[in-house]
This record gives sequence, structure tokens and C-alpha cells, in this order.
Amino acid sequence: MGEAPEFFDEMQGFGGSVRAPYAGYEAWLREVSQKELLKKSKDAYDFFRRTGITFNVYGEAEADERLIPFDLVPRIISAQEWANLVRGIEQRVKAINAFLHDIYHRQEIIRAGRVPERLIRENDAFQPKMIGFDPPGGIYTHIVGVDLVRTGPNEFYVLEDNARTPSGVSYMLENRETMLKMFPELFSHIKVRSVQQYPTMLRRSLEQCAPMACDGRPTVAVLTPGIHNSAYFEHAFLADQMGVELVEGHDLRVADGRIAMRTTRGFEPVDVIYRRIDDDFLDPLNFRPDSLLGVAGILDIYRSGGITIANAPGTGIADDKAIYSYMPEIVEFYTGQKPILQNVPTWRCTEKDALAYVLDHLDELVVKEVHGSGGYGMLVGPAASRKEIAAFRKKLEARPGNYIAQPTLALSTVPVLTKSGLAPRHVDLRPFVLVSPAGVEVTPGGLTRVAMKKGSLVVNSSQGGGTKDTWVLKED
Amino acid sequence: MLGRTAAGLFWMARYLERAENMARLVEAGFRMALTRAESDTEEWGSVVTTAGCTHAYNEKYDAVRADKVIDFVLRDKANPGSVLEALHAARENARMTRTALTREVWEALNDAWMSVRDALRRQVSEQALPEVLTLIRQQGAQVRGAVAGTMLRNDIYDFAQIGTLVERADNTARILDTKYYVLLPSSASIGSSLDNVQWEMILRSASAERSFHWLNGGNMSPLAIADFLIFDPRLPRSLAFCYDMITEYLKRLEDEYGASAPSHELAVRQENQLTSLSIQRIFESGLHEFLTAFMGQNAAFSRQVEADYRFYE
Repeated sequence: MGEAPEFFDEMQGFGGSVRAPYAGYEAWLREVSQKELLKKSKDAYDFFRRTGITFNVYGEAEADERLIPFDLVPRIISAQEWANLVRGIEQRVKAINAFLHDIYHRQEIIRAGRVPERLIRENDAFQPKMIGFDPPGGIYTHIVGVDLVRTGPNEFYVLEDNARTPSGVSYMLENRETMLKMFPELFSHIKVRSVQQYPTMLRRSLEQCAPMACDGRPTVAVLTPGIHNSAYFEHAFLADQMGVELVEGHDLRVADGRIAMRTTRGFEPVDVIYRRIDDDFLDPLNFRPDSLLGVAGILDIYRSGGITIANAPGTGIADDKAIYSYMPEIVEFYTGQKPILQNVPTWRCTEKDALAYVLDHLDELVVKEVHGSGGYGMLVGPAASRKEIAAFRKKLEARPGNYIAQPTLALSTVPVLTKSGLAPRHVDLRPFVLVSPAGVEVTPGGLTRVAMKKGSLVVNSSQGGGTKDTWVLKED
Repeated sequence: MLGRTAAGLFWMARYLERAENMARLVEAGFRMALTRAESDTEEWGSVVTTAGCTHAYNEKYDAVRADKVIDFVLRDKANPGSVLEALHAARENARMTRTALTREVWEALNDAWMSVRDALRRQVSEQALPEVLTLIRQQGAQVRGAVAGTMLRNDIYDFAQIGTLVERADNTARILDTKYYVLLPSSASIGSSLDNVQWEMILRSASAERSFHWLNGGNMSPLAIADFLIFDPRLPRSLAFCYDMITEYLKRLEDEYGASAPSHELAVRQENQLTSLSIQRIFESGLHEFLTAFMGQNAAFSRQVEADYRFYE
């Protein structure tokens, strides 16, 4: 490798010999020329372009569809590492569902003084209409994406929990398809766990949460805002892979106490909706009246047992960045155990001492908006100019409650292919978790996002980040 | 199937057919211009008329000029029927109904869109025109091939086919109507019957010149040309063929859905008319009148399909 790693590299450790999970891959790599790799990389690009695996970037002219850069060096996780992660993820996701149930019922955790009441009461993501309601199957978050980062051989942290509508699973699946197509020989030498069962599992877990009104096999549909949404490709992809309809709000309406979709044969009831639109837009009667994306009255049908909405409305309260800092308490409160996965230490800028510390150390910290996502509106201190820091300081001082801060983590790296050979780039990992009355299932793999720029810590696709195939080994 | 999906398939197919028809028109015009010594202004004018963009064209240009017409019909954004715009609309509809398409069909269409868009980024020079037109034709054929080879023969396929045929029938009727006057008996003086540029233009616009000569052994007469394009069930662009197939696909829909719909009646009426009429009778009562009525009924049929199968809210 051209550059000596100053961070933990998942292939090379802290320099020196190749780590065990990468041994097989590295042996293969030594036999392949750089030229050949670059050619494969070009093939992969053409493949993605042809398939139309794109995302739309908000606010760009021409509403152009862009490709997320794909890097063909896989990110490899050992069976043992994965087993530990899965235990931690299951624990956390169970706690999140218990927390949501509690918050919308007796609020024991607030009574116990473990989470401040104002954090719930004043939170836009809190959904008063969910109070006292039991979602079908008792599940709030059918689909969760837990964002993990790594800083050392055994140091994993949860960066955030995505409990609303986590996206990216189509890239997990298509990246694997691409790798299988381009490097079949690799998969015959190295035993990698399959991810292709995800759509079947997703459909099954959605069907297991059918509403009371459903008789027979539940009809599932994916609800998309439409072809201009940044994740439209994924919505179509998932509907297609599950073999269910992809609907838009104006395909649906309330009929006889059910939600029905307009088909060529008339209106047919839908039982479970996997919605990929935000709470605010779900129901113009109950939430934002100007929404053209949702279905008027769907929330009332939901509450009367006519439909299942996945994820349930109001789950955003659990992945709010302000709540995030309380996750260790939340996990312990509901599971009675210490959290297996660690949180990143977090300063809540609502707290006076914390704010003072953050203001003093802006050049070292990552400061995030509490309700932000997609890497918009955040400050990465070490990478920011003085001017940017000064501007951010003003915003922070004006509305401290809007921000949390975290230390800049020494994110692990995985090599990517560049024109001049392999070079380390920072990565994170989003495993996808399905929750049903039958239990929690974590697909072995996930979405590895990678900062394509040297030294950059921002992996978001909206900021130029790329993706990698993520391998979980069958055995070590 | 969702009504919106049926709408997407129907319009995807219509726009795809439109894109190809437009390219074919340009090809016919270009061919005429190359092989004829006399002025080609009239031929390019009829390309604009047949393409149905006279109004938009006149908004932009003062006079009919070959390069302007070619550019307008191939790639002008102000012309919603241009090859580029039609192909874009086809792809947007395909994107909307992706779950109903096989991967092969989607990839072929996406490929077609990307390669044609790249080829039409700039105004096409006379030199490059044949290559670009070939590309458009080939890309269209690839989509068609993917549809034929990979799609289930169910309602998805039926709606796409009906869309194709409705668009094609409209296009053929339009080609004839633009030049109906050269087919009238009184126009025999316009050119010799052996080498009539106008007649050839009609046949070429419908990609029917070779098959016409095959079947008619060189007997070029206005009656034979109109008969061929209107009544011959062997020609895949004739009106009779289109409505033969439309009723066929509607029959399949009826079997699958267990119910008929008002649009079926309209189609059968249209088909009956085409079998009961003869070319002589049409010429007697007026070719232009017949074609105008046909296009109106064709559009009414299309609207009825859209209503019957709940395409829109």
C-alpha cells in the first residue's frame, strides 16, 4: 500500500501484517494486476449506470440522477466480530421498541427520572396520536438501520440509530450482485454469508404484522413519494424484489374502513404498508395539511386496526440525536443489562457545562444538528476552516438546544482502489435489522459507506461518499 | 395491477413508438432530399405536418429548412414529440412502473435513453445523421426485443401492446392524411406513376416501401398504396393490423379480468369498419374525411381505455 495507515485499517491493522479476515482476499489480490482491477472498476460503473441504480440529489438542477461511487475492495468482517455485533444490535433494537412502547404508554422511564420529560414533550418527533395505541404485532420499528463505526480491533460504536425509514439496503444487495458478477472466483474461495434473502425476510416480517382487519394472506405495498425522491430506485427495487405493489399516495384512498389501492380491476384493500415517506407527509388530515404524498385519513384507519404502517408513526423519537445520548440508560432500563455496543461520548449542548466545553473545543469536535440527517448542517471541527468554525459558533450560540457534539473519532479505514493503487479511506457500517413478533433478524452484512476523499470523515452519499460490498465470513 | 402502473406501461409504449416514428419520418425526408434533384422544402414541410408539430415549429422558425426541421423533430425541447423528448417520457414512465418490467426491458430502455441522449447532445450534422438514425432504430428494436423475449404475457404486456398499437395507428393515419391529396385521382398529373416522390415518401415514412413492392410487383397506384396502409392485415403498420391486434389484446384482458369494458366496444366497432369498408368506397366518400374520423375515434378509444382501467384518479 502506498500510504502508511495512521488509523486502524481493517485490512492491515495498525500497519504490518494482514489481518486474518482479509487473508484470503489479500492472497487473491496479489495475483491480480492493477490494470485488471481498474478495468473491473469501469465495468462496475457501467453496470450500475445501465441498471439505473441511482439516487437523485435534492436541490440540483435538472434533477439529475447520480451514481453513488462503488468501490470494489470488499469490507470484510469475521464471523466472531459479527456474532458480537449481532448480540449488541439485538439488545439495542429490543430496547428501542420497549422504549417506544413505554413512551406512548405509561412513560415509566420518565417517572424513573432516567430520561428528562421535556426531551419527549418538546420533541417534534413525538407523536401524540400514538399515545395509548398498540401497533399490530406490538412492533414499532419493523426496519432499523444501526450506524456503526470502528476505531480499533474490538472498538465498535453506535453512531446513530435509524428507526424511521433507513435507506441503503438496495445498495447492500446490488453491491453484492455486482461483486458476484465481477469476481465469481473470489466467492468460490472465500465463504461469505449471503444477503440475498433480505427481501424475502422483509416481506415475511411485514406479513407477520398484519392488522386485525386482514383475512387471508396479507397484501403488502411499498409507499413511495414518487420518482423524484432521492431513494426512488430503492423503493422500486424493494417492491420488485418482494413482489409487491409500489404505490404513491394518490393510488390509495380510504374505502370501507380500509386503505384501498386503485387497480385496473377496481379498489383492492392493502393490509401492510411499508412507507418510505416521513410522518409529517403521511396523512394530510392528521399531519401536514399541504402534503400531496400521503393518504388522507390513513392514521384513523391505522388506529382502528384497518392497516399496518411500517415503521409506525412516531418512531422518530427513538433515533433523535438528543435521545441518542440517553441510549445507554435506555438499554439498561429495559433490558436490565449493560449495553453491549457503546455510544460515542456525546455532549448535549442544552447543558450549560457541556456547551461551554464544546464552544472551547470546536476545532476538535464534530457538532451535529439534533434533527439533521444526511450530513447536512454539521461541523467537522478538524476539517473546517476558521471562518467556518466562526460561522458555526454563531449558530450554536443562538440555538444550543439544536446541537450535540462528539469527539472526532479515529474511524477505521479500508483500502479503496485509486488510479495509483490501493489507499485507505474511512468507513462506517449500517447493518439492516428486521423486527417482527418472531424476533429480531440482522442480515449478515450491511451497507459500508466510504469517504472517497483522502482523509475525509464524511461518508454520506449526499456529500460524495461511496459504498462497498460488506462481507461477513461464514467461519474464521 | 395498479391503474397508475397500467397508465405508465401504456404511455411508455406510446412514447417509445412515437420516438421511432419520428426518427422514421426524418429518415424518409432525408432520403428524399438526397435522391431528388428538385427542391425538398415541400417534403420537409410535410415532415413537420406529419410529426404534428407545425404550430410549435412556426413559433420558433420562420421558414422550413432541412437542418431546422431535422433538429426540431429529433431533439428540440420545445417539441414534446421530438425523439429526445418522447424517449425521455418513455423512460420516465418506465421508471414509474419499474416493478412491472423485467430487468432486461428496463436496461434496454435505459440504455436506449442514455445512448440516444448522448448522440443528440448537439445538433446532428448531415454527415452524422444516418448513423444517429440507425442508432435510434437499433435501440428501439432492442427494447422491443427485450419486451418480446422476457415479458410475461399478462395484463402488463397487454397494456403496453395496446399503447404501441394506438400510437402506431395514429401515426399511419397521419402520414396518409398529410399527403392524402397526392393520392387523389386528380393529382395524377403531379408526377409520373412510376417515379412519384410523394408516393415513395408515404411508403418510406411507414417503412413499407420494400414490402409494398414485394407484394405489388411494381404496380404503384394511389389506390394500391392507400389500400396497403389502411387495409392490409399483413403490414404491421396498417390500420387494419393495429385494430386486429388491439381487439386481440382486449380479448385477452377480458379473459383475464372476466369482464368486458366500454373500450372493447369502441375497438370492435373500429375493426368492423375496417373490414367492411373498401378502398374504393373510401375514395368515393373522401379519404381525408375517413382519416380525420379515424384519428378522432382512435383518440376516443385511447381515452376510454384510460377511463376503463382507472389510469388516473
